Amino acid sequence: MNAVEPATKASQPLDAGGADCCDAGALASFTTAQSGPTPVDENTIAISDPSTFVSQTPDGLARLNLFVENLHCAACIGKIEGRLANVPGVVSARVNMSTRRLVITWRDGEADAGDLMRKVHALGYPVTPFDPAELAGAENREDKRLLSAMAVAGFAAANVMLLSVSVWSGHAGDMGEGTRTLFHWISALIALPAVAYAGQPFFKSALGALRGGGLNMDVPISLAVLLAAGMSVFQTAEGAEHAYFDASVSLLFFLLIGRYLDHRARARARSAATHLLALQARAATVVDDSGAQHAVRIHDIDEGMMVLVAAGERVPVDGTVIDGRSDIDTQLLSGETLPKLAAPGEKVFAGTLNLTAPLRVRTTVRADATLLSEIVKLMEMAEQGRARYVRLADRVARIYAPVVHILAAATFAGWIFFTDAGWQASLMAAIAVLIITCPCALGLAVPAVQVVASSRLLRAGVLVKAADALERLSGIDTVVFDKTGTLTLGHPELVGGEFTDAQKAMAAALARHSRHPLSRALAQTVPADGEALVADVHEEPGCGLEGVIDGKRIRLGSRAWCGGDASAVPSGTEICLAVDGAPVATFRFEDALRADSRDVIAALRKQGMRIELLSGDTEHAVARAAEELGIDTWQAQCLPAGKTARLEELAQDGRRVLMVGDGLNDAPSLVAAHVSMSPASAADVSQTAADLLFQGAALGPVLTAIRVARASTRLVKQNFALAFIYNTIAVPLAISGLATPLVAAVAMSSSSIVVTLNALRLRWTN
Amino acid sequence: MEILAYLIPVALFLGLVGLAAFLWCLKSGQFDDLDGAAARILLDDEVREDEKPS
Repeated sequence: MNAVEPATKASQPLDAGGADCCDAGALASFTTAQSGPTPVDENTIAISDPSTFVSQTPDGLARLNLFVENLHCAACIGKIEGRLANVPGVVSARVNMSTRRLVITWRDGEADAGDLMRKVHALGYPVTPFDPAELAGAENREDKRLLSAMAVAGFAAANVMLLSVSVWSGHAGDMGEGTRTLFHWISALIALPAVAYAGQPFFKSALGALRGGGLNMDVPISLAVLLAAGMSVFQTAEGAEHAYFDASVSLLFFLLIGRYLDHRARARARSAATHLLALQARAATVVDDSGAQHAVRIHDIDEGMMVLVAAGERVPVDGTVIDGRSDIDTQLLSGETLPKLAAPGEKVFAGTLNLTAPLRVRTTVRADATLLSEIVKLMEMAEQGRARYVRLADRVARIYAPVVHILAAATFAGWIFFTDAGWQASLMAAIAVLIITCPCALGLAVPAVQVVASSRLLRAGVLVKAADALERLSGIDTVVFDKTGTLTLGHPELVGGEFTDAQKAMAAALARHSRHPLSRALAQTVPADGEALVADVHEEPGCGLEGVIDGKRIRLGSRAWCGGDASAVPSGTEICLAVDGAPVATFRFEDALRADSRDVIAALRKQGMRIELLSGDTEHAVARAAEELGIDTWQAQCLPAGKTARLEELAQDGRRVLMVGDGLNDAPSLVAAHVSMSPASAADVSQTAADLLFQGAALGPVLTAIRVARASTRLVKQNFALAFIYNTIAVPLAISGLATPLVAAVAMSSSSIVVTLNALRLRWTN
Repeated sequence: MEILAYLIPVALFLGLVGLAAFLWCLKSGQFDDLDGAAARILLDDEVREDEKPS
């Protein structure tokens, strides 16, 4: 796959190499791929009024929370914070790189929220306001709670171990009974508060499980920790030889490491999802009866309100156009590459992009027949139909927990009935079994692998959103692709036509003034410097552009509008250039395939995967793409329901399907599939539905993700095997009463270290 | 072995100081943005002069 790797590397998101990384046009954020971080003219940016998101701090300052896109490196932080610090009235501006958020505070009245947003946007970082109360703040507190529990357990484990080592060497040497008991009491002094504090996450979860009438891994863990600590106090009071304080606190320490890693991976996945949800909740500009404009949050919008949609904004809710004519980019909704004309009386849908002119829209939110609600309904159905996948670790735990309890109980019973050791020694043996079998290694085995795998994938431009996505991805045998925006780049490119270089330069100079996809594609082909000045530019929605260059009136647009023969059937997508009313040139466009699509599909087929193509595009376009890519099974003009139906068929055949798609029309099938991926340019809803996101212009990350998923699942299984081997050696020792605190400590630490090191191997696998 | 009476409290005290320092860092938000902290070291000083800490 050498052909694919360079392209993947070009889109590494975390390459903090300095200012250069931000100028690479290939970089795209996980939320909007089209807008590269190129500085924009401040005055031309359309921003919806953020005033509903401005809050007051206790000391009387105004505060605004923003999501920042295209954030990559130190230079980005410096640019944004430096720019805002120079604005009069601004008290502080702080970027959080991990969560990609920006908090600005300023003295109210001295600066304007919209103005500040525009300033950041002008640097090339699109921002979206959000309400921090809408995001789960609990996850962060839980994070800190686990970290401080881990710190306390670590402190206790280190100090108790220090004392225990002296006691163990004292067994070999000549430590007196008095000194030993003193050391045990000091250990108790450290261990008991530590257990009470650091053990809470486990005790709570165990209690919850018991109340619900079930068992989880935390039940044997809590039992082992509490019994070990309690029994040790009893032993110490008797002046006995062994105490298990070190085992109980180091057990907690190791388990908390695993718990913290697991929590962080989940929180990261969740924050990706909440980020996307918050992005949908933009404000809309509502015009009331008196003609005044207000910013209103999307979920506060009622049916029948009048909404203003500026050029360049996304349509916030479904509605009917009342006033204005504009081109609407519906690509994310229907998979069509070319914009449609919206005139008064026509419907527009939430999520589509208004390209050319402002529109006034009467909302129809409550109507059940809207496209979005239909898609959401389909997604819910798919969610219900999807057999709930049980994670490998949970399946293991389900068997493991009862086995551990039975073993410990059997040990106690065996010692009581078949030896004359008395209840204390019997209980100690049973506790030893609980401690030894405690799933330290198991608790670390999965989170460690998951953290290493996710960070390795993030470097390759893949964001893992669902916690069990990698496990599911490793088992797939079928890949279903969407066409537009997934196998193709989703925007047209100039492929030919009849024109001279001078005509192309003239057309590009005019095209630069428009957001229309065809204009953008044309403008990209010519470097911006040294271009002719265009005066008097005017865009006619649905027709094209008009302007004056060197005194000549030129038009760029549809054949009919440029004065050509309207009845001539165009071969594909094309626009004409007319000078003074006479057509002189034509430009032809095609939605180009991603450069490595062919290689990726060939590689997947070589791995024995079955490949299918399901597209909403026309039969002709799909057939040609399928042929070019060597895909035999394809369907054109699929509706969202048709796609999920096909996926259900495949699932009934026992196939595990990876769905790769980007459009809103793919969202239900992304939920229905065994596992799903979306490019970062996908519709918000699809990004939320997909288990993994990949960025960049290449399809190669799909292969990388499958490879890493397989490697990580293999490692998880190896780690389980290692933990199992360790148990088969240590458990007989514990049952026979030979597991002294020293044996328990050595066995526990060594098995944890082995599984962690084994997980780290993933960093170096290709 | 009377020395133990001093050394064990000293060792525990030092450990507790470390623990307290960590918990203070955690509370004061120094672990909130690890990626940003890694990147900020590359920033020039002049930016930081203009920046007014909240």
